[in-house]
Amino acid sequence: MNFQLTDEQAGLRRLVRDFVDKEIKPIAAHTDESGEFPWDTLRKLGGLGLLGLNIPEAYGGAGADHLSAAILIEEIGRGCGSTGLIVAAHLGLACGPLNAFGNEAQKQRFLEPLASGRAIGCLALTEPGAGSDLAGGVRTFAELRGGEWVINGSKMWLTNGAEAETAILLCRTDRTGGSRSLSQIIAPTNTPGITFGKPERKMGLNGSHTYAVSLEDVRVPAENLLGEEGCGLQQTLEVLDGGRIGIGALSVGLAQAAYEAAMSYAQERITFGAPLTRHQAIQFKIADMATQIDAARLLVWRAAWLRDQGQPYTLEAAQAKLFATEMAEKVCYEAIQIHGGYGYSRDYPVERIYRDNRLMAIGEGTSEIQRLVIARRVLGL
Amino acid sequence: MNIVVCVKQTPDTAELPKISVAEVTSGDIKTTLVLNPWDEFAVEEGLQLQDRFGGDVTVVTVGEEKATEALKDAIARGVQSAVLLSDPAFAGSDAWGTATILAAAIKKNGPVDVVLAGKQSVDGNSGLVAPGLARKLGATLLTNVTKIVDVAGGKITVERQLEEGRETLTASLPAVVSVSKEINDPRYPTFMGIRKASKAQIPVWSLADLDVSAGSVGQTAALAQWTDLRKPAARSSQVVLVKEATVEATAAKLADLLMAEKVI
Ligand SMILES: Cc1cc2nc3c(=O)[nH]c(=O)nc-3n(C[C@H](O)[C@H](O)[C@H](O)COP(=O)(O)OP(=O)(O)OC[C@H]3O[C@@H](n4cnc5c(N)ncnc54)[C@H](O)[C@@H]3O)c2cc1C
Repeated sequence: MNFQLTDEQAGLRRLVRDFVDKEIKPIAAHTDESGEFPWDTLRKLGGLGLLGLNIPEAYGGAGADHLSAAILIEEIGRGCGSTGLIVAAHLGLACGPLNAFGNEAQKQRFLEPLASGRAIGCLALTEPGAGSDLAGGVRTFAELRGGEWVINGSKMWLTNGAEAETAILLCRTDRTGGSRSLSQIIAPTNTPGITFGKPERKMGLNGSHTYAVSLEDVRVPAENLLGEEGCGLQQTLEVLDGGRIGIGALSVGLAQAAYEAAMSYAQERITFGAPLTRHQAIQFKIADMATQIDAARLLVWRAAWLRDQGQPYTLEAAQAKLFATEMAEKVCYEAIQIHGGYGYSRDYPVERIYRDNRLMAIGEGTSEIQRLVIARRVLGL
Repeated sequence: MNIVVCVKQTPDTAELPKISVAEVTSGDIKTTLVLNPWDEFAVEEGLQLQDRFGGDVTVVTVGEEKATEALKDAIARGVQSAVLLSDPAFAGSDAWGTATILAAAIKKNGPVDVVLAGKQSVDGNSGLVAPGLARKLGATLLTNVTKIVDVAGGKITVERQLEEGRETLTASLPAVVSVSKEINDPRYPTFMGIRKASKAQIPVWSLADLDVSAGSVGQTAALAQWTDLRKPAARSSQVVLVKEATVEATAAKLADLLMAEKVI
């Protein structure tokens, strides 16, 4: 057992913290209120080598481990949920599958621009009739005609959609259905036939744009098949295992931000002649917050560590995501409670963090689905 | 061109208020230690001079082993070489002692054209090391530099911030240049830089490696002794919200208040 970060991981954490404090945190409220996509921040993150952090150097990345990526996303989340989700989706959902399943040519052509930070990517799984149940619900069909995939259907809730240069589409390539009827296909987002709607109007994460997209006779070359034909579902589940570590890390960052805001407020706010921190009821809240955040962080780090060791981590990633996202919900609730009426005001950050975190128990597999994954594993079903 | 940047490891500015008198006296500071914020500008200027005129940048610090972290920060930003100057005999040196150690190290390092330093350190705040260093090296002293205009033909041209305004002057090399924060916008370390820094083997030079006598540095040689150390009482401040019916009225009221306080 060793709970010490390596010099490289500790250095990364310091760098991202410093960057987030100076460049991301100060504009987080603006990003939320204006709904502006934080291009400027992303360009800077790209320049520091962070948008391909856990992708090999040969494909434009920095070749760091998955634990480093979890640290990166947690620290960005501490400053701004929107920016955190953009980066988590880019790294986990777009760069992740290209790196895991792409062939050499696909990696050079599609992964390199993303990992080197020149462009961002997205993954399109969800549809109007398919969310938790992708295997049964996906009705986006891809047919091979004359050396091209012709894709028709529609997708929902694409994080980074219209801003992305490259999308990975989960398509049904065998109309007879079944668990081997889905495939992942790479499509540049400027391919004719791809039409994005307006960004969805959401409860939070307003700087991270989410799109519905229609796919009408979208044609891409046959070689854009990512991984194996018929293995789309298995590949997707593998990608989501990795993505869940990212979402767990993001929730840890959001919780940490809410906790820090609540701590500093509690030290300054005087009631009944003493700062809030002198009241035991508040001390206990803070003690619980600190403990739960640590527990969640350790679960996230364990899942990332297992992944880095090349060991199975499906169960641990589901546990980390489930615990971290629900933990952050409680921590944000208490952070608002500690702020009293001010916590409910847009002038303080905690209400935004609360809204931002709400997605985390839904995206990349709802809490219910995480419980299903965990139950199946622990019960051996 | 040979450039040496002198840096110090200091407490994180945000945590300065947490430090106790006992920590300062014992030297065992428990807060997060970082590259002295003023030195970030010196490191950045060193890298920019290298970009403009070529040459090598070396970063040096006097401190305990943990001060390597400050050197690694500079490496992560792009500096190629670093030296830690560390010896129990150096402990307790005052500004003059520190300048003595740094000057000996710079001489050992080889010919130098420009020595850069931050304006001051956020902990000691004396601003005396650069002047001491210039004296020890027999180099030109240029303080409060806000811009390095040119380095050519054995001369350096800089802009300096004075109380009355700015001056541009040309002086001969070698020069010790202490920079103020207007000079540049320090870059962040990159991840690749952090990786390089985490693997870097940083040489340590001790008293025996330098042309310095034990009696000229350290606590006993210090010309200035701290006889008493107190923490100033926290300053209490008062917030006044100015809000009148119109923006103009608010501005007028604010101006009146500022004039009454002799701020403007
Ligand atoms: C902001 C945002 C960003 C997103 N980004 C992306 C993206 O980039 N790419 C992408 O493909 N998708 C994305 N999504 C979609 C997201 O992954 C889905 O919303 C999520 O997987 C749930 O699917 P659903 O909305 O269809 O809900 P449903 O699957 O319809 O689920 C509804 C409810 O039923 C529960 N439920 C479903 N099945 C079961 C079961 N068997 N047992 C018990 N309970 C069950 C669910 O847990 C949930 O509570 C995003 C969504 C949002 C809101």
